[in-house]
Amino acid sequence: MSQHTSGLAIETAGLVKTFGETRAVDGVDLAVPAGTVYGVLGPNGAGKTTTVKMLATLLRPDGGEAHVFGHDVVREADEVRGRVSLTGQYASVDEDLTGLENLVLLGRLLGHHKKAARLRAGQLLEAFGLTDAAAKQVKHYSGGMRRRIDIAASILNTPDLLFLDEPTTGLDPRSRNQVWDIVRAVVAQGTTVLLTTQYLDEADQLASRIAVIDRGRVIAEGTKGELKASVGAGSVHLRLRDPGQRPEAERVLRLALDTDVQQEPDPVALTARLSGAGDSAAEQASRALAELARTGITVDNFSLGQPSLDEVFLALTGHDTHEAPDAKEEAAA
Amino acid sequence: MSTATTTEAKDLAPVSAESLAALLVAGERPPRPSALSASLTFGWRAILKIKHVPEQLFDVTAFPIMMVLMYTYLFGGALAGSPKEYIQFLLPGILVMSVVMITMYTGVSVNTDIEKGVFDRFRSLPIWRPSTMVGYLLGDALRYTIASVVMLVVGMIIGYRPDGGVGGVLAGIALLVAFSFAFSWIWTMFGLLLRTEKSVMGVSMMVIFPLTFLSNVFVDPRTMPGWLQAFVNNSPITHLSSAVRGLMAGDWPADEVAWSLGWAGLFVAVFGPITMRLYNRK
Repeated sequence: MSQHTSGLAIETAGLVKTFGETRAVDGVDLAVPAGTVYGVLGPNGAGKTTTVKMLATLLRPDGGEAHVFGHDVVREADEVRGRVSLTGQYASVDEDLTGLENLVLLGRLLGHHKKAARLRAGQLLEAFGLTDAAAKQVKHYSGGMRRRIDIAASILNTPDLLFLDEPTTGLDPRSRNQVWDIVRAVVAQGTTVLLTTQYLDEADQLASRIAVIDRGRVIAEGTKGELKASVGAGSVHLRLRDPGQRPEAERVLRLALDTDVQQEPDPVALTARLSGAGDSAAEQASRALAELARTGITVDNFSLGQPSLDEVFLALTGHDTHEAPDAKEEAAA
Repeated sequence: MSTATTTEAKDLAPVSAESLAALLVAGERPPRPSALSASLTFGWRAILKIKHVPEQLFDVTAFPIMMVLMYTYLFGGALAGSPKEYIQFLLPGILVMSVVMITMYTGVSVNTDIEKGVFDRFRSLPIWRPSTMVGYLLGDALRYTIASVVMLVVGMIIGYRPDGGVGGVLAGIALLVAFSFAFSWIWTMFGLLLRTEKSVMGVSMMVIFPLTFLSNVFVDPRTMPGWLQAFVNNSPITHLSSAVRGLMAGDWPADEVAWSLGWAGLFVAVFGPITMRLYNRK
């Protein structure tokens, strides 16, 4: 949809927003290529939502500059508003109205005539699997349904840039996957998506570039590959049948993976960190398993763990994600 | 909670990637709506809210009925000899008083509504900025009309006979609703300015009680001490109730109508821009 596919969808320089004494956003520089999903990763209170609100013209920056498709977010706010749409962290639809009414209302506000607004609303509800809930008030929707109607409202007029502020926080895994599918469909049609998230695996699944943000600053930026190389690709957890074989297993793993191996409190368990560069996590793990099998060590059970947001933060900043109790390790067995 | 959500999510029809893609491609962008069209759309939103939460009509039905009955029978005998005599004088005034009092709910609903996520979306739309507030007040104008009709019906039942006929009554209501629409901008300002619903209510009471009672709604100002007459005779509520009283009685009180409309214009001119300033900052 964008005519700026070659250029940048978002460009900010030294963006600052202060609330009283707090510098919620403290000099953020971003360059988001058009037509991609750009992930902004960080714990609660890192300044993600504040940044999004400034870019969506809802908050006025206290310092620095921000351009959306070349338009200044303060001086040319109306130009920007015509090209972006926002799905906030909390449902950006009217909970007292039904799903259909919400979409018709927005359609009218975007300039569609009554008939066209109704038609478009009906089509969107159908595409989002919400036809049965069309006449229900949004306050009676489940979390997954709210997200759907919210995103449907955001793409009523296909936007050039879509802000998704923590679109899956609080959703069950199934609803989360469905939101991911929607995001993929939207970006496939050429819309640029700026996604904020607390979950590394979400940024990993969707985004092509990621900025890690902490205390109002960008502390790391790059492609997924670059970011992973700096934090490692997670770790492999092993449970042996015979606790007596653990020292031997530890030595084999260290050689095979060229990495740190930790003995867990459980006498049969070991954890090895995987390197982020070179082979994929799965390749490294299968090499480790093959080595163990060759030396006659029996492995009862193994799992691959993605690096959690905590680990990313620890690796990048040396401190914990003080305010991210939700950051969790996604284990794939 | 999470179990319920999961079950519901499973029952949900899947998202159709193909039709979604088709919709995204087909989406043409119409020109922006006019200021009027955006305001009317927000007015439609207010009406939809009344449809879904009809209980909110309580304050424009039960409250006005109570006001008419209470003051007619409380003061009627003492002030005019009988309630039936008194209501000829009181009804237009009590109509003004009740409707102006009802306007203060505007502040409360703006205050609670503005915190909701949907306002982030409204604010990020390329539309005429004041249309959100204007739409609000258009919805409220409907509520004021309902209250006026309810009170008139009750008044007629207990003996009110307007000499101005249908035309005079309609003109009176139209003036009252127009004035209340303008007056409500004070409340949109307070609704945006104050932090909680309770403080909005508190401030509203402080303004509305003296303003409506210190007027010619209940009694002739000539019975009041001089200093109070000075206030009462210049109060917008006095001008409005004289105008409505005159119109409903079949007169054409040009001065009072002009005063009422002048005050209305002043309220919009002063509190409209302040409201929009606060709205843009929220």
